[in-house]
Amino acid sequence: MPTQATAPTAGSDLMVRAEQVHKSFGPLEVLKGIDLEVRAGEVCCLLGPSGSGKSTFLRCINHLEKIDAGRIWVDGDLIGYRERGGKLHEMRDREVAAQRRAIGMVFQRFNLFPHMTVLGNVTEAPLLLRQEKKAQARERAAELLERVGLGDKLGAYPGQLSGGQQQRVAIARALAMRPKLMLFDEPTSALDPELVGEVLDTMKDLARDGMTMIVVTHEIGFAREVGDHLVFMDGGVVVEQGDPREVIAAPKHERTQAFLAKVL
Amino acid sequence: MTTEEATTARARPEPIKAVPVRHPGRWIAVAVLAVLTAMFVHLLVTNKAFNWSFMVDKMFRPPIIEGLLRGTVLMTVSAMLIGVTLGVVIAVMRLSDNPILRGVAWLYTWFFRAVPRLVLLAVFGNIGILWSRVEFGVPFDTQLGQLFGIDNLQLRLFGFSSRDILTGFMAGLLGLALSEAAYMAEIVRAGIQSVDPGQTEAAQALGLSRGQLLRRVVLPQAMRVIIPPTGNETIAMLKDTSLLLYVPVSVELFFQLDAVGKRTFQIFPMYVAACLWYLFLTSILLVGQYFLERHFGKGYGTSGRARMRLRGMTAEAGGSAGVVK
Ligand SMILES: Nc1ncnc2c1ncn2[C@@H]1O[C@H](COP(=O)(O)OP(=O)(O)OP(=O)(O)O)[C@@H](O)[C@H]1O
Ligand SMILES: [Mg+2]
Repeated sequence: MPTQATAPTAGSDLMVRAEQVHKSFGPLEVLKGIDLEVRAGEVCCLLGPSGSGKSTFLRCINHLEKIDAGRIWVDGDLIGYRERGGKLHEMRDREVAAQRRAIGMVFQRFNLFPHMTVLGNVTEAPLLLRQEKKAQARERAAELLERVGLGDKLGAYPGQLSGGQQQRVAIARALAMRPKLMLFDEPTSALDPELVGEVLDTMKDLARDGMTMIVVTHEIGFAREVGDHLVFMDGGVVVEQGDPREVIAAPKHERTQAFLAKVL
Repeated sequence: MTTEEATTARARPEPIKAVPVRHPGRWIAVAVLAVLTAMFVHLLVTNKAFNWSFMVDKMFRPPIIEGLLRGTVLMTVSAMLIGVTLGVVIAVMRLSDNPILRGVAWLYTWFFRAVPRLVLLAVFGNIGILWSRVEFGVPFDTQLGQLFGIDNLQLRLFGFSSRDILTGFMAGLLGLALSEAAYMAEIVRAGIQSVDPGQTEAAQALGLSRGQLLRRVVLPQAMRVIIPPTGNETIAMLKDTSLLLYVPVSVELFFQLDAVGKRTFQIFPMYVAACLWYLFLTSILLVGQYFLERHFGKGYGTSGRARMRLRGMTAEAGGSAGVVK
């Protein structure tokens, strides 16, 4: 169904707006029409059983996956396409890359660059893409790493760090591009239980500083404490959404109830 | 204190002094090898066919050294440089989304890997037969001219007589480099594919373009997989320059040694000289390969990691000092 979508006007406080997002991998339809709105400064938690399409949806937001139908806007800009004369034009590789610079992403498996030091990981993109001076980029990287509690690890290689430290470096790396929006895909699920807290604390700090965040997580405690909005997905659709405390305390939909019963 | 000493004294039993297992088989093998070695040395020293003094006298003559420097060393370096560069391009084409680029890259590697290098060099040695001149300019210029009613339109920038360019060194270089590119393409492709796709994703998410992420993130990591076989390829290339005999390329080590041997009817000593030269040259490459592999293994492996840890510590010390100021 073609949607008569109008781009959210600049100045409105919507950071992300997704409309009827569809995505298939071959015959498998993974996203079956996702609608989502995230306001600037809000923390949106995405919950759902494995295979429900959470990662896929997150990856659509920064165009790591091409969507088949629907629209996604980030801060008023249509992602991946340009609308001209009622027709959609695919963006060039370079333009997509430019859009991604405003969107930070943190992965389940950290994906730090193993051949670069911690400092190198954090300064790489700013030096390549923001034409920052070397000294300036290093200073800011040191500042960010200090903020995530790793001010003493600048010269270490990722292989020498614990999982929790690596994930905090990954967060600093994403922040170095001064993003408007941060996407987290299960940032703590590859971590040993005793390391989960340090990463969640870093994310809480970030939320407190007003960063807009979309967080795919199984950490119900985090969603309840930090989340402004909770979205429960299953089978490629949004089943239920609302205030995290209300949804967690009294889920309305039976699939939400079943899922929460399992993870709580 | 005394009780502690007593416990440690009790805890440590006396060292084991057991009779080791004997290995008579090994001793027999060593004896056999010793006899064989002695026979071989005896052969080298006493057999007149080696004609050592003649060989040593001839193997350092200027034409041979020139052949070694140009036909072997320079040829190896140039062929590998072109081969690696073209190989990277073909590997990237092979991994492209575009089916035509992929197909062309496949066809290229198929052709150059399927034809033996010796045959390829023989073909390239005679490829000048196709054209009398090699010229660069607008392709199909005469045909295009006819289309617009202009007779014999020529839009050529510069050209060479193929006798100048498509013989000897250039023909050999072309043959070796093009063939090498096919093997390098496969090596580079395997290297690129060995890098965790998460690395590409992370780089993309940061906003790096395709070229940037390839250059800064993927290729440096692929190097660890690419370097060892490339070292082997370089050594193989050095040895394969001897095939240039069939182009023929006259300023080349084996060509020169072979010529001296045939001229003086001392073929065997000159072939022994060739063995010694190639042994010497490849040994140098083996040493170089060892250091290269060590360099690109950084951040990985046990020895690499220990070294990195040391370096990391010093950098850390410097880094935190900078932060404290
Ligand atoms: N590149 C791909 N090609 C084919 N199928 C894919 C691809 N990526 C994801 N899928 C499929 O899409 C479905 C949704 O995957 P997705 O990773 O989005 O789920 P998820 O909700 O993140 O699950 P999890 O909690 O396990 O991470 C799965 O069935 C998965 O197999
Ligand atoms: Mg997932």
